[in-house]
Amino acid sequence: MKSRQSLMLLAAAAALAVVIALAFTVGRYPVPLADLLRILWSWAGGAPHGLDSTLETVVLQIRGPRVIAAVLVGAALAAAGAAYQNLFRNPLVSPDILGVSAGAAVGAILGIFLSLGVVAIQSMAFAGGLAAVGMVYVVARAVRGHDPLLVLVLAGVVLGALLGACVALMKYLADPYNQLPAITYWLLGSLASTDSRDMWVAAPLLLVGLLPLWLLRWRINVLSLDDEEARALGVSAGRIRLVVIVAATLMTSAAVAISGVIGWIGLVIPHFARLLTGPDFSKLLPVSVLLGAGFLVAVDTLARTMANIEVPLGVLTAFVGTPLFLWQLATARRGWQ
Amino acid sequence: MKLAAQKLAYGYPGRRIGNDVTFELNAGEVLCLLGPNGSGKTTLFRTLLGLLPVQGGEIILDGKDLRTLQRDGIARLVSYVPQAHGAFFPYTVREVVLMGRTAHLGLFAAPSARDYGAALDAIRRMGIAHLADSIYTRISGGERQLALIARALAQEARMVVMDEPTANLDFGNQVRVLERIRALSADGIGVLLSTHDPDHAFVCADRVAMLHNGGLLACGVPDVVMTAAQLQQLYGVDVVVTEVALGQGTRKVCLPLGMHA
Repeated sequence: MKSRQSLMLLAAAAALAVVIALAFTVGRYPVPLADLLRILWSWAGGAPHGLDSTLETVVLQIRGPRVIAAVLVGAALAAAGAAYQNLFRNPLVSPDILGVSAGAAVGAILGIFLSLGVVAIQSMAFAGGLAAVGMVYVVARAVRGHDPLLVLVLAGVVLGALLGACVALMKYLADPYNQLPAITYWLLGSLASTDSRDMWVAAPLLLVGLLPLWLLRWRINVLSLDDEEARALGVSAGRIRLVVIVAATLMTSAAVAISGVIGWIGLVIPHFARLLTGPDFSKLLPVSVLLGAGFLVAVDTLARTMANIEVPLGVLTAFVGTPLFLWQLATARRGWQ
Repeated sequence: MKLAAQKLAYGYPGRRIGNDVTFELNAGEVLCLLGPNGSGKTTLFRTLLGLLPVQGGEIILDGKDLRTLQRDGIARLVSYVPQAHGAFFPYTVREVVLMGRTAHLGLFAAPSARDYGAALDAIRRMGIAHLADSIYTRISGGERQLALIARALAQEARMVVMDEPTANLDFGNQVRVLERIRALSADGIGVLLSTHDPDHAFVCADRVAMLHNGGLLACGVPDVVMTAAQLQQLYGVDVVVTEVALGQGTRKVCLPLGMHA
């Protein structure tokens, strides 16, 4: 049992490494693997690579930040999705369905609309995401006498529609020459414009969000039981639930603030990971993180190489994620009951 | 070690269910709670476990007022076996039982080898070792009930509260669960359980408490308090309590007197 888990983790890590290598080497300027390794070696302080400086720029300035951003965003969305699914006891919830992504998007767009800086946009994304998940949770608790999980998902969908209207309003009011294209492009999801400055703001937030999820991994397992049962087992359910929701929302919002709205990863990846590892969160979380990162790096590579123009990421993840999810739904019920 | 309720008033916020309930349960004893549907058995259990606030009187657990204890402190003293239920994710039986170790784990800790050992021990004691790696959501209701009792054992509390452990079980599984409950009390664990079948009290209980209209109708040794008159008052139907020969001795059984009552 134990060796099976380590094997799974190793396989996921290997897949991620292969995808990252691929992401660095393919594209308009192909970089041979040997050259890539030499450039990275010299960057890390080793011998000078003696190669064309264009290659170095492509690897370090253009593809590097983008690959790192894809790794972080994919990992964050998958980890947040896994946490939400356990916490809300529902394999169908995800940052998008709970309205977190939409809330964070409204916050971030408002930031763009007001021409604010990176840190302010990040904070507004976080506030928007937290407000959205808070409202969904309050509505789900207030509506009694129905299946609480159904209410939760419905509340998320309804709130998502409202937030969609807010986004539409801001698009309508935005300056059509500067802000509107930026907002539209950003809403479709893209890593094309990430620079290292964004990363310095977002990366710490993502790690700060991930840390409690890992530390509380066993408590998160217990929280997938009834609240009352979890409390009888000695877990202060309300407090830990709050910490985990805030952490997962922080990760989602930070990811949305760098990359725009990229759906499906938070739903499909944890679901897929659960098929591989079982529901134990201490095994589910690392595999979700690795798979989410690998998936987004792969999709992003596809997005910039498959056509002459960049294909929006949100569009691609939906095209890839929907059939994957439907296939899982149709063939396997092992991931949940 | 003792769990005692003194003049306890309980219920949901804004809605009183029961009043003036006094009883105690010692380690190594089985106390069976009888009462009709809606008499507030589950609400009483929730209050005893600290899941609902005490509305009056007090609950003393191991010499301390329940209100002064932390969540995990309560869990180390008294464990809870809910009615066998579904689960949302396909944990293995081993993982479900391991969750019983939570109260012994630090906030950031995951179960250690010692916890795995305790879980396996509890699984063996319930006689379900062959199910350890089965998926909890795919085993039968009776097996789930045994797994949940194993989880309570892994919690290593001296008191166990079981909410209708025999509900929804077939005849054979009911008997098996009652036998395990007797075995637990022989090991020094105090068991408080509710049931809808008075015969279960005759089989496994040291004492019986009857809950009726939000108060205790009677509390005492089964042979004394479980008379036909008391059971009639409790359930509102005519019953006879009679003795049947069983092996060397006799055992009391409770039978309904029919529909004409």
